[in-house]
Amino acid sequence: MSGNHSELKPAVGPNDHVQGRDDAPITLVEYGDYECPYCGMAYPIVKRIQARLGDRLRFVFRNFPLAEAHPHATAAAELAEAAASQGKFWEMHDMLYEHQNALGAKDLERYAKALELDRAALEATRAGGAPNQRVRGDFMSGVRSGVNGTPAFFINGRRFDGDWRDAEIFAEELESRT
Amino acid sequence: MPPLLQSGAAAPAFALADTHGATVTLAELRGKPVVLAFYPADWSPVCGDQMALYNEVLPVFQNLGAEMLGVSVDSRWCHAAFAENRRLRFRLLADFEPKGALARRYGAYREQDGTSERALFVIDAAGVIRWSYLSPIDVNPGADGILEILGRTEFSRRWNLCKRTRHERQSQRIEAGGRTE
Repeated sequence: MSGNHSELKPAVGPNDHVQGRDDAPITLVEYGDYECPYCGMAYPIVKRIQARLGDRLRFVFRNFPLAEAHPHATAAAELAEAAASQGKFWEMHDMLYEHQNALGAKDLERYAKALELDRAALEATRAGGAPNQRVRGDFMSGVRSGVNGTPAFFINGRRFDGDWRDAEIFAEELESRT
Repeated sequence: MPPLLQSGAAAPAFALADTHGATVTLAELRGKPVVLAFYPADWSPVCGDQMALYNEVLPVFQNLGAEMLGVSVDSRWCHAAFAENRRLRFRLLADFEPKGALARRYGAYREQDGTSERALFVIDAAGVIRWSYLSPIDVNPGADGILEILGRTEFSRRWNLCKRTRHERQSQRIEAGGRTE
């Protein structure tokens, strides 16, 4: 239920944004918000952990925009999902976290241009409503999985309540799960 | 310190001030599920604090017919500043004078800190506690436990029943109309 027993629902599947091998022994899922400063802190830490663990780690990102607290978070998340339809989810994910202090409408347009996204296709994708549904779906799956703030990490399906702010300690924690 | 009240216990009545100074009672909420979320203090210094999370999930609680109430020993003035700063759209109740009296009645007071515990109660429409949970003080318990209970059994049955009855009544009217024509 709550507390330390929170389990990822649904499990990682074909619709998820995944980096790493499907048969990796460790799966790290992050529920994140592009405007959340703690997620911004976590971004380079996850990169370091990916470099250290290599093929042993599969990393998955799901959206958890705290829309009341962060007015630009939902639009940013929807842009990343729209970029996914052009095969550029992770490029946009990285772009957003590397510029998380500039997430206004004009800024987002600039990032789409910088990644050479097809503008008309992007608009059509957004107008179709799929990115919006995806972000809301991720949010609800997070709530049901026991996400209690951002970033929330799940290691092999279990919510991780420990400290992720030291990359070394976090990596050791992950390695201990193999 | 009496233990946390458990499922099956009658929910102790309360009459506490909200941020506008209006008194909120459990009795006036009879007929709908109530989520009572005790937390240690306003102004916890993280983005994803417990009340901020419930604020984000509020539409889901509301769709399930539930009333969300946050309770701490902070005064209504402190609650008002906190609620405004975090743009909270549900009510915070001040368990301020006598301090922590309600938390004590629910078995959710921390003598050593002079605050309430981080404790959740889901109370059904008849005023009976259907679920309670005591979280480690430094762990935000999230919303999954609350949603699981609200989505379950008597809660969902009552709400689905309302919808179904309305739907059936409509289709009966349509059928009746069809026959008379």
